[in-house]
Amino acid sequence: MIKNISNLGDAALYCDFGNDVNREINLNVIQFFKNIKKSNIPGITNITPSYNKLIISFDLSITNFNKIKTEVEKLNFKNEIINEGNLIKIPVCCDNDFALDIKRLEKLLNLEKEEIYKKFFSKKYYCYMTGFIAGMPFLGDLDGSLYARRLDTPRVKVPKNSIGITEQFCNIYTFESPGGWNIIGKTPLDIFDNKNNTSPNLINPGDTISFFQISKLEFEKKYD
Amino acid sequence: MTENYFEVLRPGINTTFQDNGRKNFYHIGIPFSGAMDNRNFVIANAISNNKKNSPVIEFALQGPKLRYKGDKVYFNVTGDVNFQILRKNKIEEGVCYQNLVLENDDCIDIISTNRSVYGYLSINASFKINFYLDSCSVNTKAGIGANNGKILQKNQIIKIENITKKYSLNKLDYINSKIENIRVIKGPHFDYFSKTAKELFFKEKFSITKLTDRMGIRLDGPKIENIKYTNIKSEGLVKGTIQITADGDPIVMLSDHGTIGGYPKIGVVISADYDKLVQIPPGSKIKFKEINLKDAETIFKLYEMETQNLISKTK
Repeated sequence: MIKNISNLGDAALYCDFGNDVNREINLNVIQFFKNIKKSNIPGITNITPSYNKLIISFDLSITNFNKIKTEVEKLNFKNEIINEGNLIKIPVCCDNDFALDIKRLEKLLNLEKEEIYKKFFSKKYYCYMTGFIAGMPFLGDLDGSLYARRLDTPRVKVPKNSIGITEQFCNIYTFESPGGWNIIGKTPLDIFDNKNNTSPNLINPGDTISFFQISKLEFEKKYD
Repeated sequence: MTENYFEVLRPGINTTFQDNGRKNFYHIGIPFSGAMDNRNFVIANAISNNKKNSPVIEFALQGPKLRYKGDKVYFNVTGDVNFQILRKNKIEEGVCYQNLVLENDDCIDIISTNRSVYGYLSINASFKINFYLDSCSVNTKAGIGANNGKILQKNQIIKIENITKKYSLNKLDYINSKIENIRVIKGPHFDYFSKTAKELFFKEKFSITKLTDRMGIRLDGPKIENIKYTNIKSEGLVKGTIQITADGDPIVMLSDHGTIGGYPKIGVVISADYDKLVQIPPGSKIKFKEINLKDAETIFKLYEMETQNLISKTK
């Protein structure tokens, strides 16, 4: 449940669900996000769920902070059944050409690369949020033995579709972008399809992701 | 029927199609985008007798040079812009905020914005462009919006359709006021910063650096000392949010910003000051002034009334 609602500037609400990062709190944030979307409160222009916060932007020319806050507080007391997301399977090629930081991880985690991949592929991941760049999913949680810090110097260009890990999280670079996560492979799937005008995102907050390994040959076939 | 189009002789630095942006996609990482200076955008459309949210060409610092081919059309430029119309036998100095005629083979040369950043070009017709998620607004980072999500390219063609035959000499006497003080509401992490840092933030001037674009402004000034956490668990951002980086420098999120970020938010620029903030060119200094929510809401009402007033004066 929301612990506190404050204003973020004059055209947004800052809903605080606490400071912890876990699936339970995040499911609460996402459930709230879905409820607010369904409620069609006039004037809301954007809703951004993250690990433990929900930001609601509104059009100041038709509503204001107090009006939206009152509406949101009404929803806060409704206890609805959590709606589970979709299960999405993502192929990953871990060829050395794509696994840019696997050597660094072997040293940092003191694990052979086979072990790293075994641990990585054996878990299902939960999508806490999507964003920063269009469609980028923030997934978790990794096996505790795979927690690694970010690169000391972030890459200027991380190749599009790279799979990166840091701390307990994993993400997919939906576009070529600067970034400091440890890159362990690449998917041939377009996670964000900027030609799709209705639902460009393959992964949405609340979804569950399972990764499976493919060979370089299979990877190249998918690109044809 | 002849084909009407612009030929791009020079694209300019960062010239894009914009309308008032796209809503409801922050949660998948897509920001509002849209015209940076909303007031000059709506005035441009008002002068053209277009619908309020019609696409315009936005340019920054140096604008495009366009050759027109086709039937007579009218256009106007808003902002504080230095431009010329190159006609068959003469060069005409451009005047902002009024409809000007464009005949076959005339060129519009948008030389520069004056002590400001953004300007707008609107025509009393429509650009034949693609829309994405209900908006033409170009977001080059995601590669979405008109022109396949790209800035204008040299030698490309911009097709024009639906020229309005009815024409009125709409004009407006308007001078863009320049400001130095930007009003800010304290953010959720205001107390992450030392007492001195908080005082410095509202007392000292900050320079707008060259690392400034449609995504954000990086400021240079006194370091803002964080006494709690220099990183937070990533959370949503809104335009106008001022984050303090781990190095102690403020960055202001603008219309094409990343939708989530992991730096503490010291404050948010009020909606009424946004148009003016984005127009302050790199190299200038600004000062933040603290304001409460209630006053910000009142100031926004005044801002809206003033915009409405300007629109009605164009007719």
